[in-house]
Amino acid sequence: MDFFSKLIGLDRRWVFLVLGAVVVIVLLLEFPTPIRINPEVKSVYDFVEGLEPGSYVHLALDYDPGTLAEMHPMTYAIMEQLLARKIKIIMTSLSPNGPGMAEEAMLNIMDSARILHGREVVYGQDIVFLGYKPYPGIVILSMGQNYRISFPNDYYNTPVDSIPMMQGVINFDNVEGVILITGTSGVDFWIAYANGRYNVRLAVGLTGVMAADYYPYLKSGQIFGLMGGMLGAAEYEKLVNKLGPASEAMRVQVWTHVAIIVFILIGNISYFVSRRKGGLGK
Amino acid sequence: MKREIPLMIVFVTGIFMAVQFFVPHSTSEFVYEFVMDWTIIIGIFALALGIWSFVRVATNKIKRKTANWQFSIVALIGLFGMIIFGSGFLGGLESYMFRHFFNFVIIPLHATMFSLLAFFIASAAFRAFRAHSALATVLLLSALILMLRFNPYLGPVGEYIGDAASWILNVPNLAAKRAIIIGIGLGMVATALKVILGIERTYMGSD
Repeated sequence: MDFFSKLIGLDRRWVFLVLGAVVVIVLLLEFPTPIRINPEVKSVYDFVEGLEPGSYVHLALDYDPGTLAEMHPMTYAIMEQLLARKIKIIMTSLSPNGPGMAEEAMLNIMDSARILHGREVVYGQDIVFLGYKPYPGIVILSMGQNYRISFPNDYYNTPVDSIPMMQGVINFDNVEGVILITGTSGVDFWIAYANGRYNVRLAVGLTGVMAADYYPYLKSGQIFGLMGGMLGAAEYEKLVNKLGPASEAMRVQVWTHVAIIVFILIGNISYFVSRRKGGLGK
Repeated sequence: MKREIPLMIVFVTGIFMAVQFFVPHSTSEFVYEFVMDWTIIIGIFALALGIWSFVRVATNKIKRKTANWQFSIVALIGLFGMIIFGSGFLGGLESYMFRHFFNFVIIPLHATMFSLLAFFIASAAFRAFRAHSALATVLLLSALILMLRFNPYLGPVGEYIGDAASWILNVPNLAAKRAIIIGIGLGMVATALKVILGIERTYMGSD
């Protein structure tokens, strides 16, 4: 067996080792990674910038811990922008493992607003977290009727009617739009029910592997913005001028992709050389 | 009557919900909200059924000592442990143990599982992306362009690759996805009609 035939049958553990080494080395080295802004991300940013202070946005954080690395940076960047613009945020989390992370993000953002920017964000006046309820399709349909059907109380068991910022807020008609950050197929419910039935303006932040599936909805206008994976999060961080974990992680992602491309090229060169030598069937 | 009554309920509610969507009247909306409440209640029963089914499968595995039965013990401890720590009398969602299990067990486990995908995708890409036919070459080139669109070190070539990646996402990808989505949508309508009209009856079981 010649060299190229051996390369074709390369043990996958070598691939894992090289990839792991690339990730560790690039993490240890610090250098900036330029980010190019895509229009589908810019439109989410422009939407928030165009809102009047005091208006409402529904922020749906429907992701699991598995996709936290991609989703959390989006959540932080968008929440900071919303609060800096004095937009009131209604949060929900329709993923079973989501509420803990959503609450953590909310508390961290409230702390950083106070400590870093000297701005007090008051729970119940600037932001409210309604929590989790099972069966996202049903919950979304019910929120279109009245938030109180699915969420008579918020995450902390406070009656929604007694929360100051929820006075007069009945359903999706009272919010300017929904920004959904999710790593689950629950996004289909939001598109079909929130946008389809209630005409809610909807923007989505998705994992990198999901993003390509939702371009049709972007073109049809069912969603007005799309942030795809770590890149989408890094673009948003650049837009809000606050480089964070996604911008850092893009460095690793870029070089990991280079490693994968090199492996693909090696695989193809080996394949063609072996075929020419008659080692592989045509 | 054992079959006719469920068929009649499905027919009436199916037709009603389809018509209700197009009737913007307060009575229609009231009935819709009422049905939504019912759906939530039925959903909660489904959740209980799911937990019962899971416990039964896991305990059967332990009793029969089938392959990897030890993992079922861990699964049951995880289920009941989180229920106990998350229940009201131990502090509920704010309890120390519930939070720590979530932050230091569930989050790292999920993140690890998802992170491992990167390694398997790299290995699969090395083996699968071979230009052995015209279609495979198209797939290979598309994958390379989409991966390179992230790369900021390509200078002016990067602009062209970025534009090519946008074109791939917005034209061929869009066309294929639309075809799939419309196909799925029509399939769902056809299946729903078959259920409403009683042609598709497998949901009632074989009795």
